[in-house]
This record gives sequence, structure tokens and C-alpha cells, in this order.
Amino acid sequence: MKSSVITFPGSNCDRDMDVALNKFGFKNKMVWHDDNELPKSDLVVLPGGFSYGDYLRCGSMASKSKIMHSVINFAKSGGLVMGICNGFQILVETGLVPGVLLRNKYLEFICKNVFIKLANKENTYFKNLDKDVLEFHIAHNEGNYFCSIDQLKEIEDNNQIAIHYCDDKGQTEEQFNPNGSIRNIAGIFNKEKNVLGMMPHPERMVDQSLSGEDGSIFFKNLINNMK
Amino acid sequence: MKVSAIITLKKNVLDPQGKVIHQTLDGMGFKDVSEVRQGKYFEIDVKENDPTKAKGVVEDMCKKLLANLVIENYKIIEIQ
Repeated sequence: MKSSVITFPGSNCDRDMDVALNKFGFKNKMVWHDDNELPKSDLVVLPGGFSYGDYLRCGSMASKSKIMHSVINFAKSGGLVMGICNGFQILVETGLVPGVLLRNKYLEFICKNVFIKLANKENTYFKNLDKDVLEFHIAHNEGNYFCSIDQLKEIEDNNQIAIHYCDDKGQTEEQFNPNGSIRNIAGIFNKEKNVLGMMPHPERMVDQSLSGEDGSIFFKNLINNMK
Repeated sequence: MKVSAIITLKKNVLDPQGKVIHQTLDGMGFKDVSEVRQGKYFEIDVKENDPTKAKGVVEDMCKKLLANLVIENYKIIEIQ
């Protein structure tokens, strides 16, 4: 399986993602934002970081990068595109997934492990996962997912919510919501479920010497589902 | 022509920064404030001499980049 990780000026999780993807069997290529064409890919990842210094709105400048034309076409033709953290912010700015990510409710940069509950397993990313609750890492200032009431209804009707913030038992009460996101939303799909944006970082949980291996479970499952 | 535009958060969107500014103003003794909403202001010098056209160009910029219409409104406030 071939993957591509896009590096924007200010991306800082691109190499972690490269290490994680290679570790679980992807043949990964790093792609510069100013390139015109994606290499042949089965999966494209928009990594975390602070692309363009978060100027104007997080992800807004990166969403207009040269390479994004190719990424958007790839997504629209059914290709798997995953945006993590700043990558999620870039995805909402392209309109590939609905909604926006606002400043965290309590104006704090949050950096900690969180539990997430899978809301939908009928997709390439999560199908066949034994677990319903995973422990991932978050590190963001603008992860407060927001959309209009009408959009929320559409998202729910189309089963586009990918993951919710929860506790270790999978309870999704407001108290387990770190950033004020509507419905504890931590990740969203497009309608077709080939594009996934999520704030938590699976690539930070791929080694026991980091703080856990639930990311390993995620990546192993993903590449198996893609075969 | 110089075109000025402001971008403001829509009414139903939470503005935590505005809230904190409000609280700080309150703490400083400005007790007559009922709400603060924070926005953005742009001055854009457009190579265009026709005010209607200049306004149109900046409106297009607002729609495509400067504002995110899911959460923000834009308004052209001055053309000179």
C-alpha cells in the first residue's frame, strides 16, 4: 500500500506520521505542498502542525496550497484522505468535511491522552476493529468542532460522525469533552466515508515507549482493510 | 482603491475570546458592557479604479479565503 504525507510550511507531525505508516507496512512518500501532483497513492495524510503559522484561520492557507487541488481531486474520486489535527483543520477549510474547528472552549492549549469512542465502523478506517474505545493523544488550541444545527442534523442523518471524546468506558458525557466540541465530536467523515478528519493523533501511540499502542491497532487494522 | 472589510463571528457562534475580554473589561471597572464580540479587519489595496469593481473583487476574496462562511459574516465598510 502506498501512502503520501503532505508537508506544509509549519507541519510538525509529518515525520511522526511517516514513521508510523512505514512501521505498519505502508510505502510512504513525503510530498511538498508546492508540488502539483500527488504520487500514486492509496492513502493521503494531511499531518498535524501549525501550517502557515495558523495565520488567518488554522488550515485556511494550507487549504489553498498547490498540492491541495490534486488532494481534493483524489478525495472526490474516492481516494482515502485522512487529516489529523491541523490536517483536520485543513480538511474543513477545503470543505471536504463539514463544519469548522473553533478555539477551545476554555482558551487553553490541550496536550494530553484522551479516550475516543468509534461512532461508525462501516468504513475503511475502523471496520473490523475489535475495540470500540481507543486511547489517542491530542495537542491543539483549535479543536472545538462546530457546525450549524442544520449541518449537524445532516451529519447525523448520514452517519458522518467518526469518533466522540469519551471516558475509558466509552461514556460520552459532556464532562469528557476536552474542548467544547458539539456532541463531543473528535472526528468527522465526508458523506462517502473516504475522507476522515480527526483531532486525536494515532501516530503518537505506536510504540510502548510512547504512552500507548492504540495507534498501532488503528494502523494495522487500516492497512488490512485496504488490502 | 483601498477597500476595508470586517469579518465578524455569526451570532450563534461562541466567542470565548470576546467573553474573556468582556470579563477583563468588567474587572477594570467598565461595568456597562453587555457583550464583546471579537472580529477581524482588513485593508486591501486593489489595482482597480472603479469602486463597484473593487468592492466586487474584495467580496470575492472574503467568500473564498478571508471569511469562513460557516461561522463568519463579512462586510465591506469603506472604499476610497
